[in-house]
Amino acid sequence: MAVRRRPLRTKVLLHLAMLPFLAFAVFPFYHMTLTSLKTDRELYDRHAVPLLIRQGPTLEHYTKLLWETAFLTWTKNSLLVTGIATAVSVVIGTIAAYALARLKFPGVGTFGTGIFVTYLVPTSLLFLPLAQVVHWLGLADSKWALVVTYPTFLVPFCTWLLMGYFRTVPKEVEECAMVDGATRIQALMRIVLPMAIPGLICAALFAFTLSWNEFIYALTFTSSSDEITASVGVTSELIRGDIYFWGGLMAGAVLASVPIVILYVFFLDYYVSGLTAGAVK
Amino acid sequence: MAVGSVRVGPAASRSGLRLRELLDHERFLGPAFVTPALLLIALLVAYPFVMALYFALSNAQIGRPSEFVGLRNFVGLWQSDSFRQTFQNAFVFTGIAVAFKLVLGISLALLLNEQLWVKRLIRGAVLLPWVIPTALSTLGWWWMFNSLYSVVNWSGIALGLMDPPGPNWLGQKYYAMAAVIAVNVWRGLPFFAITLLAGLVSIPKELYEAAEADGASASARFWNITLPLLKPVLAVVVLFSTIFTFSDFNIVYVLTHGGPINSTHLFATLTRQIGLESGQIGQGAAISLYLFPVLVFVVFVQLRFVRRQVY
Repeated sequence: MAVRRRPLRTKVLLHLAMLPFLAFAVFPFYHMTLTSLKTDRELYDRHAVPLLIRQGPTLEHYTKLLWETAFLTWTKNSLLVTGIATAVSVVIGTIAAYALARLKFPGVGTFGTGIFVTYLVPTSLLFLPLAQVVHWLGLADSKWALVVTYPTFLVPFCTWLLMGYFRTVPKEVEECAMVDGATRIQALMRIVLPMAIPGLICAALFAFTLSWNEFIYALTFTSSSDEITASVGVTSELIRGDIYFWGGLMAGAVLASVPIVILYVFFLDYYVSGLTAGAVK
Repeated sequence: MAVGSVRVGPAASRSGLRLRELLDHERFLGPAFVTPALLLIALLVAYPFVMALYFALSNAQIGRPSEFVGLRNFVGLWQSDSFRQTFQNAFVFTGIAVAFKLVLGISLALLLNEQLWVKRLIRGAVLLPWVIPTALSTLGWWWMFNSLYSVVNWSGIALGLMDPPGPNWLGQKYYAMAAVIAVNVWRGLPFFAITLLAGLVSIPKELYEAAEADGASASARFWNITLPLLKPVLAVVVLFSTIFTFSDFNIVYVLTHGGPINSTHLFATLTRQIGLESGQIGQGAAISLYLFPVLVFVVFVQLRFVRRQVY
């Protein structure tokens, strides 16, 4: 199929039209990073140009953040919670998705609808009663409360996403293997899962991102500095009485986003396909 | 790919054999595979939801036994100014934010669908606000709207769009609402643009070529081909976005805490303030249940019209 060629002038105009969108998307991050690298003197000089660094970049906000606050503990908590919740959710989601996409058993339709409905339940609807459940489980103010509750929104997402991927693996390939003497489990492990690897990567990436970004549960279920996650730590513990905390605050926001940005840079295409899967598939 | 044939040796126990046979049986394997997910949903979604219903009908408070009070919480809410304000805010916030995301999202998707020069880089940049933790990026916006050092006002003044010192964004009623809407649009736009782009890509090119051959103008092609064929995707995106905008918490909590004077409170942030910070769990649960009708509506429309072909 021939790609329609546009005259150069139209092309330049298209790119110009793109500029405001790009500026809108990226500017907050530019400004955050810039602020985190400025000296306090320049930061609070009302006659300085806020878009540039004139008095030399400084890492003082970052060193303060790393050595004088519990930032590293918060990041460790985030990594622990996110890692375990992601692993558990991808496994549970994978087998549930396989059952929904491939197996016939009574109640499969109802279960599929149930998963879809759960996928749409916003976390802000349930955090109040869940706080009670967490309390009863003896997990109040513990990062393990997050490990237990994050799968409630990760599993429906992974199931929904992977169901789409499993449907793309032709049934015949699996049936062939089973005719050759493989059990269903072997066919799943050696045929279906390897063919669905892009889907598994996508599910893991999204589960990681969603739990790293989760805020309302973390804010509600944990509070002591040893248990909170990076987002909660930065938003609640770095804001002090005096007003001169903006450099450190922005440094925290930038650093706590780094794990996600790294994943994002390497797996951009998976993010694009995963984002559309929920709505289009 | 070689699949090793499985031979059950004489050493294999009877029960091992039984299990293996069972696992090959769809009627056993199916329920076994969905059980973990089912348990999770039953214990940590369905059960808390029933608890929310009970709380909403009781006068539960933190650290006190509760009594059944019927619909008193729901009636009481309508007598409080903060709730009435919140109710109004939720619709204003959701309506305006979704409308902006829709219009800007379609425009951005159309642009992204063109042959651009650094396509991957542009896509990466456009999607960025969606990927970064919202609570953290909202801190960046909080600083951008700071009353003394706002870079938004500085730029507005430099461009001659504002009179110095410019508005106090987070301290004045309507400006604060505009600010939280702006951040929500910023954060939600990538979802609209990228999903609609996927919808655009799936429209057959032949339709446009035929229309062009018939002399249809660009705007006629948009209104008569693009928009009608994009409708199913548009419906899904708008429904998804409606429920998640309506239930938004992070942006308002970080940017304004619901202030000034409740003018930006949404159901989720008011739930937290009443249910946790003031300890009135019953009232808090009643507020959060106002999200439920919207959820039911979205689920109903989705199941009825959008996913009919699946189940």
